[in-house]
Amino acid sequence: MKPSPALQNTMTWPQRFLIGAVLSWFGLLIFGPAVALARRAFAPGMGAFFEALTDPDAIQALLLTLKITVVVTISNTIFGIGMAVVLVRQRFWGRRIVDGLLDLPFAVSPVIAGLMLIILYGPKSEIGSRLESIGFPIVYHLPGMILAGMFVTLPLVVRSVAPILEEIGSDQEDVASTLGADWWTTFRRITLPTIRWGVAYGAALVVARSLGEFGALLVVSGNIIGRTQTATLYVHDQIESFDPHGAYVMSIVLATVSFCILVGLETVQNRVRQREYAAETNEDDQGAVRQMRRH
Amino acid sequence: MSSTVAERRTSLSGKLLRWSCLLYLGIVLVFPLGGVVVKAVSAGPSKIWAEVTNPFAWHAIMLSLGTAVVMVLISVFTGTATAWVLARYEFPGKGLVNALVDLPFAVPTIVTGLMLVALFGPTSTLGVVLSGFGTPVIYEQSGIVLALLFVCFPFVVRSVQPVLENLDPAEEEAAATMGASRWMIFRRVTLPALFPSIVSGAGLSFSRALGEFGSVVMVAGNRPMSTKTAPLYVYGEVEGFNMEGALAVSLVLLTCSLLSMIAASKWAERQG
Amino acid sequence: MDIVVRNLSKRFGNFQAIDDVSFAIPGGQLVALLGPSGSGKSTILRAIAGLETPDSGTIELVGEEATNLPTQKRGIGFVFQHFALFRHMTVQQNVAFGLEIQKHPKAEVQERVQELLKLVQMTNFADRYPLQLSGGQRQRVALARALAPKPKVLLLDEPFGALDAKVRDELRVWLRRLHDESHVTSLFVTHDQQEAFEVCDQVVVLNHGKIEQIGPPQELYERPASPFVTEFLGQVNILRPETILGMQLDNERPLPVRLPGTPGGSIYVRPHDLVISREPNGLPGWPARIKRLTPLGWLARVELILPDSTPVHVQITQANSLELGLENGLDVYVRPRDLKVFEESSKAATAINYVI
Repeated sequence: MKPSPALQNTMTWPQRFLIGAVLSWFGLLIFGPAVALARRAFAPGMGAFFEALTDPDAIQALLLTLKITVVVTISNTIFGIGMAVVLVRQRFWGRRIVDGLLDLPFAVSPVIAGLMLIILYGPKSEIGSRLESIGFPIVYHLPGMILAGMFVTLPLVVRSVAPILEEIGSDQEDVASTLGADWWTTFRRITLPTIRWGVAYGAALVVARSLGEFGALLVVSGNIIGRTQTATLYVHDQIESFDPHGAYVMSIVLATVSFCILVGLETVQNRVRQREYAAETNEDDQGAVRQMRRH
Repeated sequence: MSSTVAERRTSLSGKLLRWSCLLYLGIVLVFPLGGVVVKAVSAGPSKIWAEVTNPFAWHAIMLSLGTAVVMVLISVFTGTATAWVLARYEFPGKGLVNALVDLPFAVPTIVTGLMLVALFGPTSTLGVVLSGFGTPVIYEQSGIVLALLFVCFPFVVRSVQPVLENLDPAEEEAAATMGASRWMIFRRVTLPALFPSIVSGAGLSFSRALGEFGSVVMVAGNRPMSTKTAPLYVYGEVEGFNMEGALAVSLVLLTCSLLSMIAASKWAERQG
Repeated sequence: MDIVVRNLSKRFGNFQAIDDVSFAIPGGQLVALLGPSGSGKSTILRAIAGLETPDSGTIELVGEEATNLPTQKRGIGFVFQHFALFRHMTVQQNVAFGLEIQKHPKAEVQERVQELLKLVQMTNFADRYPLQLSGGQRQRVALARALAPKPKVLLLDEPFGALDAKVRDELRVWLRRLHDESHVTSLFVTHDQQEAFEVCDQVVVLNHGKIEQIGPPQELYERPASPFVTEFLGQVNILRPETILGMQLDNERPLPVRLPGTPGGSIYVRPHDLVISREPNGLPGWPARIKRLTPLGWLARVELILPDSTPVHVQITQANSLELGLENGLDVYVRPRDLKVFEESSKAATAINYVI
């Protein structure tokens, strides 16, 4: 909402200065580095860009990242919806503890996440060595990387879905069950449609986060030369091996994808907001006028 | 509503769902956490303490805390100012800035690091100028702060901006009708209303900054006793198979970031 | 004249919120701006407060030109619909705010705060935060806060709009008493006709950003200047000219009504201005049938159907209804005691009241 004239007539010089300062800071900190990276990636020309992009190692790395991302996103989305339903709709002993634990990955450094997985599932641990002996090694292999991705993105879907479930309440679901729908039908026809934007939002966050995960994967994949590389590990190794152009190109690809996800998220958010807003208008006396003032 | 949920017995399918979710949570999060605790206990407190007070480890921890504090102090100002400008003023490019504020959350941290090296690094024009003034940024401690500023930029903005937008303008108007000047209104009415969200944004930034790895790896240069932060130290120890050392520093980091996160949310709750 | 508004206009996009409004409010009065949603009443109030910049027109406060004065310098008290209390300050700090801005000495501030808390009966709640108060209490604090710096005029924007009916009734009576004690010139925005009538000395009726009529409440009710005012202030039957012509007349008495020639004209009769009788009594009237009789305590509502199937609502006392032995389906006679006829001549409607 725009402030009223008492607080804001025409723009004064201090205000212009403030806007200028904020824009400069933003430009230096966020915009500038992004542009600098793009310049580095495209400086040798488009031919070199595509050559670096189609390097077999780069393609392999992208494919692995894609694989991890798909698995992590699917499994964490399913878990996220289920956990949100359990947390909001069920009451059981330890619910609050679970609720608190879920936020833990936000506070844990990715490196520490990797360390945790090594300690429990690593080849030297009890569980890890047993699993390895039956031919299912975890750490330093694909399952470990997937597990690392799951760890760091664990809360995202739950935290986007739970508030929506909370807000809509269980009335609609109750109505469906009085009309004879079983729990699966109720979930599919009533609950899922109402939370779908929340799910989409959370899943998009998971995709972005697992595409870009680095620290946990670095620790879990070990420092074996010629190891299975994800896109972010490829960037790291290219820099270490003094071939920065490959790293710049891969970075641009990752940054572009994550930027697109970001824009997509904005769109989803606006859409949800608009729907909510449409339901809200014309409620009170000044509604019409206030809306006018907004434009 | 909650009472009816509480009184209702959970159906069999509901229980099945609950236990499968809890099992998943266990495998991914709780068991690894438990493993860390068991490992720490079996190593014994004296061993852990010795690892923490090892000068290299201690310096890394202090460096992480120090750079995080400096970053938070800067971020609180720039973040609040950015939120203010986005919420209150119209200017060309506002839509773009608003969309790009979240960029640091979306961009992979390693790419962030590379971006900063590309702009401020020794091979860039800006980097050369900065070293010319004797203040190189990349591969120095100031580079760590820069990376943290980038990575944590959205936290304060995104926690203050919605509060600012939803602030009832009538409160500020009420102050104006009583003769308060704009600065007075900001200081006495707006700022106190924003304060909880500023603190909460600061707490989240701090917590995130302590654990930041990908971008710092790129800009810090990884020099022990100089630019090696705690997460870098943990990584180094893991690589060197010194699990106790990694574990000890991890525990300190974990405690600090958990505490700052909890403190921020509690504080925001109490105020709100 | 404490508040003088001349030719005020304001437009939001395509929406004309205020359209050339002028009025003057004498000192010491409590005046209502009454109108439906979107009639511009709040915008006028906010313009007077300087919270909205009018597109044209002037505002004068206590003899001083104020059109371009910032809000801060206007010396007004403003009460918002949703209270707008400072959430992070206690009741006491809220009330003291305006006085502190004026840099009064501490002791004086304390004294005045206590005085006001006593006036609004909130002394026991001085150290509470707004969130710990009920809606009625919050609004009383808001009022105290607005009055504390001794404003020249007090502006209230739907002050009771966010409260429930019972609290609203209490606060109305209380506000009127408060005004009789303090005599600060007050302008009061409301969409509730009864509220305006109960509390105010004068009422300004607004519609579509224009003033329809200004006057004391009773005068507005008895002599509305336009169809809008007639319809907005209480229930009314709207009749077609043909219905009036279909009245059964006593040959001796000509119908005293000059009917509007143009189709834009309209005829209004209030439900309590209709008299029911069992037999024709020589006065102009219609035969009618009772469709539904609804006793409402001491009043009764009678829904009648006229021969040309026009529905008419009548309000009589329950005693009268019993006396006449009314019941559903009964054939009766009904005659208007008072007609309001509006002729659509050029732009403005002219009202003619007929007392039969």
